[in-house]
Amino acid sequence: MVAAPATGTAPVDSSISRARAAAAMSVFAVVGDRIGGIVLRDTSAGAQEWIAALRLRLPAAMRIFRLPASATDDRIFGGLDLAATIATGKPVAERGVLADADGGVVVIPLVERMPVATQARLGAVIDTGTAQVLRDGVNAQFDARFALIVIDESDEEMWGVAAPLRDRLALVLDGDVRLDESLLPTAAVVARARARVADVSADDEVFRGLGGLCVAFGIASDRAARYALWTARALAALDARDDVEEDDVALAVQLVLAPRATRMPPPEDEKTAPPPADGEPAPPPEDGEAAPPPPPPPPAATHEAEPPPPADDTPPPHESQPEPPNDGQLEDRLIDAVSAALPPELLAALLARAQRPSQEMGRAGAEKESWTRGRQVAARRGKPDGVRRLHVLETLRTAAPWQRARARVRAEQGQPVRSLIVERDDFRIRRYVERAGTSVIFVVDASGSAAAQRLGEAKGAVEALLAESYARRDRVSLIAFRGTTADVLLPPTRALARARKLLASLPGGGGTPLAAAIDASITAGVSARRAGTLPVIVFLTDGRANVARDGKGGRAESMRDVLDAATTFRASDLSAVLIDTSPRPEPMARKVAEALGARYVPLPVVDARSIAGAIALARETR
Amino acid sequence: MRVAFPFSAIVGQEQMKLALLIATVDPSVGGVLVLGDRGTGKSTVVRALPALLPMMKAVEGCRYGCDPSANGTRCDECQARALHVARGRLPVTDKRVPVVDLPLGATEDRVVGALDIEKALRNGEKAFEPGLLARAHRGFLYVDEVNLLEDHLVDLLLDVAQTGENVVERDGVSIRHPARFVLVGSGNPEEGDLRPQLLDRFGLSVEVRSSDEVAMRVEVIRRRDAYERDSAAFLAHWEPADEAVRARILAARKKLPTVHVPDAVLHRAVQLCVDLGTDGVRGELTVLRAARAAAALDGAKMVTDAHVQQVAPMALRHRLRRNVLDDGGSGTRVARAITAVYGPV
Repeated sequence: MVAAPATGTAPVDSSISRARAAAAMSVFAVVGDRIGGIVLRDTSAGAQEWIAALRLRLPAAMRIFRLPASATDDRIFGGLDLAATIATGKPVAERGVLADADGGVVVIPLVERMPVATQARLGAVIDTGTAQVLRDGVNAQFDARFALIVIDESDEEMWGVAAPLRDRLALVLDGDVRLDESLLPTAAVVARARARVADVSADDEVFRGLGGLCVAFGIASDRAARYALWTARALAALDARDDVEEDDVALAVQLVLAPRATRMPPPEDEKTAPPPADGEPAPPPEDGEAAPPPPPPPPAATHEAEPPPPADDTPPPHESQPEPPNDGQLEDRLIDAVSAALPPELLAALLARAQRPSQEMGRAGAEKESWTRGRQVAARRGKPDGVRRLHVLETLRTAAPWQRARARVRAEQGQPVRSLIVERDDFRIRRYVERAGTSVIFVVDASGSAAAQRLGEAKGAVEALLAESYARRDRVSLIAFRGTTADVLLPPTRALARARKLLASLPGGGGTPLAAAIDASITAGVSARRAGTLPVIVFLTDGRANVARDGKGGRAESMRDVLDAATTFRASDLSAVLIDTSPRPEPMARKVAEALGARYVPLPVVDARSIAGAIALARETR
Repeated sequence: MRVAFPFSAIVGQEQMKLALLIATVDPSVGGVLVLGDRGTGKSTVVRALPALLPMMKAVEGCRYGCDPSANGTRCDECQARALHVARGRLPVTDKRVPVVDLPLGATEDRVVGALDIEKALRNGEKAFEPGLLARAHRGFLYVDEVNLLEDHLVDLLLDVAQTGENVVERDGVSIRHPARFVLVGSGNPEEGDLRPQLLDRFGLSVEVRSSDEVAMRVEVIRRRDAYERDSAAFLAHWEPADEAVRARILAARKKLPTVHVPDAVLHRAVQLCVDLGTDGVRGELTVLRAARAAAALDGAKMVTDAHVQQVAPMALRHRLRRNVLDDGGSGTRVARAITAVYGPV
């Protein structure tokens, strides 16, 4: 089911998972530098053991370099060598860790703490095999080909490794990375495999199979197929063969393609391309370097993703219809139905779109620039003052190359020469980004116009979004409007349970005082911003206002008030999403969304059968 | 760095290739924005350009690579030199069209240029050390993950791209030099939308998707593998195809000034823009320029409706009024408007 894409929670048979971890390591040792590397998603100390076991099997020449996620850009990619610059009086480039690690292995623990832009740059280095330095008076290029291990300890729903980097790392071990050491090759076998891997040949069947699987599983990146091919080659080479065989491809597909799947392959008879051999997606275990285990429960799908691929070697079960409800409320079932229809991580996607660009998205809250607190980022030229603080080291770095020249000039001018001459142009100020928590304000239309059924669905949508908010550690608050007023039912809180309870008991009916609701949301949004959070307002309404600000009815007046309120809203520069809860996308709702400057999203049309079925059942059991 | 994957060997991505060829034939169409799935070869296409593009004539010894024939828009040094040579003819040399990568994390001084520290120290001379913008003059400036670039750098790039001139006022240096380049930005919209101001300052915008055709995907994997295993042989195999593209670019550039746009074609193109409600005349101008370049690439004497239809999506998609609903929908809206104006295909 979509709602629960078991992210490492469903325990795979541990012997299988250990064989898989062993296979991944064998591949990494042979072609890690050709396939980007590996993501170890693990919150235990398992990753350290994994690396220790790897160390014993790598050629002696491949050293392992640790790169802390907090390392500054100049330490990672290279920068200005301060000491050498002062000593020689001209800018001297300094190699970063990536250049030092050329030909070796780089390990980044806690990758979730590394800024997205830095991760994206790492991705570019992997692509080009070169670390390019363009900063602080230095233009330099260093060879940097390495195999990367990132350890992602973020919570289960969210990836800590950013998408641009994730796409460039072929292998993923999710959950349990402990491995069966008896299945690991010896260092000698690895060395032999490394020597022959580039000469392992693959026939046309292999290419066709990989291409077909990429299409069938909805994998857009061509990198994935390339990586799978190298993985298959590595497996063949480990087995001292010169040709890729079916089993190599099968295991490579499980290691590289399965975790990237975004959809299920179509049923057998519609398959566009037959896989290279019968029973391709997951053949029975073989006696090889490592027994090919079935694909793991795939990691949390990205938000455009659909159901993950099957977790066992039987053909995918095509039963996504909801199981017949036995007891319980209609409400619950609607909630289920809507939760099922909402794409996973919808809120994250909506928020990402609602918020400003070039900030970090999809993680716990966006980031905003600050002069005083937060995570430090590259210093900028500027004048220090009460708020902006001088970055001493960066200032020194800027001043360094000039020292000799300045001393000479001063001596010529007969001025006293100090040991360090810093001028105003050198000043660099500290800059930080702070993680602003997000405050999600739900504004729910509980009026009669939102027909009873849709109100239920709207609640379902809010519940699903609430669950996401909870995972993101957002604050949520709830405003409901019906009759003549809009009421704050819940001030900003992290208490999800209360929000849920309130929502469940929310009665429906009465007029639609949308203008009052917008006014209330502005107040709430502005105060959330004042509290230092980033407000995002989610309207759930059909937009058909019929109560004006003065509490009187009349569609024309009400709409005028709505547009008026919307103008103020827009001027307040608040991010918003309007989820249209009408049975069919409603022009009015779209118009209101446009006036608000909000992203317009029609509530996903729930599988009609499941709703109808749920309603019918509820009636019968009543 | 290894040799780039050849342009002609890239499977599919016809829209992106066409957009870049159009920008090569007529750089005045403005920058090219490429959005789409990761791993679909966006960077590969851009990195294939240096080897593909015909060499250009440049003033010998000019550090900006000025165009010898562009009297009046050359850098100050070239303009000054021209006064002292016979008939203003500066010595000419062949130069590769620059395709400059702007890495995320580059600092401003490296991008716009700064005081040359070494010269200043050695000779006490205030010399300007050109930055990336100078290196990209008359070529391409490529920003991958453009939506992750710091805002102040994006603003700076757009500013220079629009004016064609880089003005530097820092470290006691005051200098201006020509910097006309085609800005190519690529990114994945999921990392965060681009600011609208940024969006419509790109001339063309294309969406890149991976093919759902198995045969094409297979071919992608096969060629990529052949390249990784023996790049020299692979390059040699594709060089004739690249050469053909090169010849086509040269012919198109020659042809471009004489390509005629019939009134009726122009009218319908304007009608299309009006129907779509694109803001300002920039959309219409871009459609027109791009269609002429497309016609020139076809070797045609005249722009036809077919050329307009070919380029309209990439020239207009990103200029529609913000439709908050989705990003993918704008392509459909353009297609619908095309059908309305030109009739069903």
